[in-house]
Amino acid sequence: MTTEARTRGVLPGFGLSLGFTLFYLGLVILIPLSTVFLKTASLSPAEIWAKVSAPRTLAAFRLSFGASLAAAAINTVFGVLLAWVLERYRFPGRRLVDGIVDLPFALPTAVAGIALATVYSGKGWVGRYLELAGIHVAYTRIGVVVALTFVGLPFVVRTVQPVLRQLEPETEEAAASLGAGRPTILGRVLLPELLPAALTGFALAFARALGEYGSVIFIAGNLPLKSEITPLLIMIQLEQFDYAGATAIAAVFLVASFSLLLTINLLSRRRHRRYRG
Amino acid sequence: MNEPRWVRWLLIAIAMTFLLLFLFVPLAVVFSKAFEKGAAAWLAAISEPDARAAVRLTLYAAAFAVPLNVVFGIAAAWAVTKFQFRGKNLLVTLIDLPFSVSPVISGMLFVLLFGAQGFLGPWLQAHDIKIVFAVPGIILATIFVTAPLVARELIPTMEAQGSEEEEAAITLGASGWQTFRRVSLPKIRWGLVYGIVLCNARAMGEFGAVSVVSGHIRGQTTTLPLHVEILYNEYQFSAAFAVASLLTLLALVTLAVQGWVEWRAER
Repeated sequence: MTTEARTRGVLPGFGLSLGFTLFYLGLVILIPLSTVFLKTASLSPAEIWAKVSAPRTLAAFRLSFGASLAAAAINTVFGVLLAWVLERYRFPGRRLVDGIVDLPFALPTAVAGIALATVYSGKGWVGRYLELAGIHVAYTRIGVVVALTFVGLPFVVRTVQPVLRQLEPETEEAAASLGAGRPTILGRVLLPELLPAALTGFALAFARALGEYGSVIFIAGNLPLKSEITPLLIMIQLEQFDYAGATAIAAVFLVASFSLLLTINLLSRRRHRRYRG
Repeated sequence: MNEPRWVRWLLIAIAMTFLLLFLFVPLAVVFSKAFEKGAAAWLAAISEPDARAAVRLTLYAAAFAVPLNVVFGIAAAWAVTKFQFRGKNLLVTLIDLPFSVSPVISGMLFVLLFGAQGFLGPWLQAHDIKIVFAVPGIILATIFVTAPLVARELIPTMEAQGSEEEEAAITLGASGWQTFRRVSLPKIRWGLVYGIVLCNARAMGEFGAVSVVSGHIRGQTTTLPLHVEILYNEYQFSAAFAVASLLTLLALVTLAVQGWVEWRAER
C-alpha cells in the first residue's frame, strides 16, 4: 500500500476540507469567471469580430503583448544576473537587497504607477537625464515597458535563485579540471541548468505584465492607437457602459493569454524533463 | 569564486544599477514627495475626512477578504496536501486562476454579474440591493483578487512537512480538530503568518479590480489606492504621495515580516 492511500485512511477532514474548497472556489472564482464566457456567448460572432478587429483594439493588443514581451525579456536577463550576484557573491547590503527584490509583489500598483511616472517624467530624478539623451520615457510606450518591468521584476530572480543554490559546485569544478574555460562552463554547464527556471520566470513575468493596469496608466500616455494598453481599453468600454464591447475584448484577451501561457509552460516543462532525465 | 575580482564587481554594479533605477529610486521618490511640504502637510493629507473614510473602507474590505481567504487557504491546503484524489492538479490550477486574470477583467466579472445590465441586475434592482458601484462590490472584488494568496503560501509548506506527526496524533486517539490545532497549526504557523500579511497587503492595495466596481464617490466608495489616484489626477501630488507613503509602509512591513519568517525557517 502506498503512503498516500494509507494517509487517506488515517487523517480526517477530507470531505470537509475538499467540500469547502470546492464550494468557495465555485462561489468566489468560477461563477464570476463564467460570466465573461456566458456574456460572450450571447453576442453574435459578427459583433465580436467587429469589436475585436477594430484598429483601436488591435493596437491595444499589439502594445500589451509587445510591451509585456519586452519587459519579460528585460527581466529575464537582469533576473538571472541578479540571482547570480545574490547567490554567488558576498557584498555589503546583500541581505537587504535580497529582501527588497519582492517589493513589486507587496507594493500597491497605483503607488508604483505614480512613483514611476514621477521618476521618469521630463522633470523627474531619472527622466531629466534621459531627456538630455533624447529619450522620452513617461507618456510613451517606453514608459509602459518600464512599468511592466517593475511589476515583473521578482519572478525570474525567485525562480532562478533556488536552482543556483542547489547546483553542485562539483559539476563546475569537474568541468574546470577537465580544462573547460569559464565561458565554456557558463555556456555548457550553467546555462542549461538555469534555462528552464529562467523560462518559467519569464512566463510568470509575462503573464503578470499582460494584465497589469495600475502601474501602467499613470506613466503611459494612454493615447488611443498609440499608448493604450488592453486593460485600459476594457476599462474605458466599461465606463461607457459598452459591456458587450468590453466582454468581447476581455474574452479574446483572456483566451489569448491563457493559451500563450499554457504553451510556454508546456515548453518549459518539457525542457525540465529533458535536463532532469 | 572563479571570476576575477573586477568581473565580480562589474556584475554587482550592473545588477545594483538596475535595482536602483527600478526599485530604490521610485521607493525614495514616494517618501521624498510625501514630505516635500513638511510633516504637518503630510499629517493633514492623511487625516482629512476623505482620507480617513478611505482608510476605513480599506480596513473594512480587508476585514472581510483576509479571514475568508485564510479559511479557504487552510481548507484548500489541507485537502491538497493530506489526501490523494483525482483532479488534484486541476484544483490547484483553478485556485491560481485569479492570478492570471487582469485586475480590470476581475472587476468586470462583478459588473457583468451584479450590474444594472448584468445577469442578476434586474432582480437586485427589484429588491433595491446595490452591489456594484458600492461597498459590497469592492469587498467581492477584493476577495476574488486575493483568494489564492494564503493557499499558495500554505500548500508548499505543508507538502514539504509531510503528515507523519498528524498521523501519529490521530493514531494515539486525538480528534481531528485537536490534531489540527495542536499539531498542524503550530507547524504551519510562520507560513500562515506570512500568508495573512501578504493577503492583507494585497487586499489593501488592490487597485484595478476595485477601480472597476467602485462608484468613485469621494468619501464613500474610494479605498486608499483609489484616493491616491484621485489626488494625483487633481495635481495634488504631495497629498497623493502622502497617502501613497502609508501604503508603501504597509508593503515594507510585509517584506520585513517575510524576511523574519524566512530567517526563522532557516534556523
